[in-house]
Amino acid sequence: MSFKSTERYIVSEGLSQAVNAAVTLEKPLLLKGEPGTGKTRLAMELADSLDAPFLQWNIKSTTKAQQGLYEYDAVSRLRDSQLGSEKVHDISNYIKPGKLWQAFTSEQRPVLLIDEIDKADIEFPNDLLQELDQMAFHVYETGEQVEAKQRPIVIITSNNEKTLPDAFLRRCFFHYIQFPDEATLSDIVQVHYPNLQPRLLDEALAVFFGVRGISGLKKKPSTSELLDWIRLLLTEDITPEQLAEYRERPSMLPLAGALLKHEQDIELIERASRAY
Amino acid sequence: MSKISNSLSGRLVLTEFYFTLRKHGLKTSITEYLTLLEALEKGVIWGSIDDFYQLSRVMLVKDERYFDRFDRAFAEYIDKVSEVDVAEQIPEDWLNNPLMRDLSEEDKQKLNELGGLDELMKAFKERLKEQQSRHQGGNKWIGTGGTSPFGAYGYHPNGIRIGQEGNRNRSAAKVWDKREFRDLDEDAALEQRSYQLALRSLRQFARTGAQTELDLDETIRATSKKGGLLDLKWQAERHNAVNVLLLLDIGGSMDDHIYQVEQLFTALKGEFHNLERFYFHNCVYEGVWHNNARRRSSFVSTESLIKRFGEDYRLIIVGDATMGPYEIAFPGGSVEHWNEEPGKVWLERLLTRFERAVWLNPQPEPHWKYYPSIYLINEIMSNRMEALTLAGIQQAIEHLR
Repeated sequence: MSFKSTERYIVSEGLSQAVNAAVTLEKPLLLKGEPGTGKTRLAMELADSLDAPFLQWNIKSTTKAQQGLYEYDAVSRLRDSQLGSEKVHDISNYIKPGKLWQAFTSEQRPVLLIDEIDKADIEFPNDLLQELDQMAFHVYETGEQVEAKQRPIVIITSNNEKTLPDAFLRRCFFHYIQFPDEATLSDIVQVHYPNLQPRLLDEALAVFFGVRGISGLKKKPSTSELLDWIRLLLTEDITPEQLAEYRERPSMLPLAGALLKHEQDIELIERASRAY
Repeated sequence: MSKISNSLSGRLVLTEFYFTLRKHGLKTSITEYLTLLEALEKGVIWGSIDDFYQLSRVMLVKDERYFDRFDRAFAEYIDKVSEVDVAEQIPEDWLNNPLMRDLSEEDKQKLNELGGLDELMKAFKERLKEQQSRHQGGNKWIGTGGTSPFGAYGYHPNGIRIGQEGNRNRSAAKVWDKREFRDLDEDAALEQRSYQLALRSLRQFARTGAQTELDLDETIRATSKKGGLLDLKWQAERHNAVNVLLLLDIGGSMDDHIYQVEQLFTALKGEFHNLERFYFHNCVYEGVWHNNARRRSSFVSTESLIKRFGEDYRLIIVGDATMGPYEIAFPGGSVEHWNEEPGKVWLERLLTRFERAVWLNPQPEPHWKYYPSIYLINEIMSNRMEALTLAGIQQAIEHLR
């Protein structure tokens, strides 16, 4: 199996190798990198290219590991028992499979995305060790043992908000998505805007890398911001000449709001251009 | 490469790799190393060293901060294995495979002038045997650089590229030689996680916010009140209700400690929902500021901190307390502005309001005795100054409880 760039998604050589290794050796792949470098997209594109079912488990600060396995809805059962419903006699009516369960029992080998694992409590990854290792777990309410028919392809993303436990890391493969260089970024933009004027693309990228190069930004603009910005440039009919002029004599950056999300950052580049 | 890992000598060479990594301070485990062997056996990669670099990094290094160490270790290992008698250890197809693919028609033409590929391979192996030491530059020996037909990084129309498969347009410099991750390397151990685990002992749970959890006790009570008809009661989720006021010394001598302070801050942010942060320089005077980039416009008076935050707030001051003693003890002592009242007075006011307080000092504790200012501050804090280390934080939590 080999995962390569598609016409919609550009993968670097290192990343494609990491994905292939993780798929072949059936290990979870942990992805880190600046926000907006396409960590989440990767899992979707991988599922697409393998024609595999795609399951996404979004982690929040309140998410518990158990929710990924299953939840027992005791409250509905209690309510049903009062209404005299027949369902109440079978406890399995009230067991709701979580994303891991769905992934384990999927007919076809699925891609399971555990998105932003660092959002959860610091112990969360440790609670999943056993399940990810054995790809099996026990349902206490019914005494059932859920085992993976085939090991799902597991992609895990993290934004580095919390350090992950060593025991967990040892079980994963790890790839750090670097911010793309100019050539790759130009490929990525062309994938999204195939009919973009080459001059506008060059100018936009030059301005973009200029902005990224300013030190002290709270949030550097990333790929997704660049794409939004280019879309705005197109709808507002900004010409390459206008961008070139901005680079010569920086004044107001056209549509800066799409690139920079912090008020302080916008102030910062205004100050930088005044000093110019 | 799969052949290498099968042969005993290949395993020895790779064990060497593992120990080189350990030597460079990478915490790679045996399990991870075995996974790498398994990958090689399954043929995830073929002969190229670039591939081997990528693959082993994916499997053995789990934090981008260690990438630079890995790069250095990898370079050292590659240097070392090229010193041993590789002629015996490199399977022939490992060299042939990338070679044949890389050669253009024109190259093949030139190759024939030299007597064909077999001749070249023979000459290569002979020369490998002649050469015992590592070599760089020049035009005969095998090594890096130079114009001899054997070796990597160099250019010769019919040269052999050892293990450099793939994209020839890419610059010849090896990925690990570029050391792109140098900025991310940190020598200090990763403390954030252990900080956070320590801070957990300061948890005091309380329920605030939206009611999303079933309140079992209340439900049972309400249900029995209704004669058994189910009456569900809900309650808010538990959060850590401890409030923290954090004052950070910034700039000047604190620049040396940025990493430690960042680790602490991330850990605090993860643990406490109510975390208020302000900055000061050297010592707290009549004002602090909210945002360090905009000191003037985000100025907040210390007086208002005392009024705004209740006495249940825990006060954590982080600073190296390294300054002239007059900066603490005398009016006008501040190095930045004219202060009407000495820093000591302001510190004492804060401590009267916030009884549970601690000063965390990133300076190593053995150095403290050389600075009179540290002694002064510690006295004002009634000995509640702790080092910004795991042990210090554990101590600090005792003061904050």
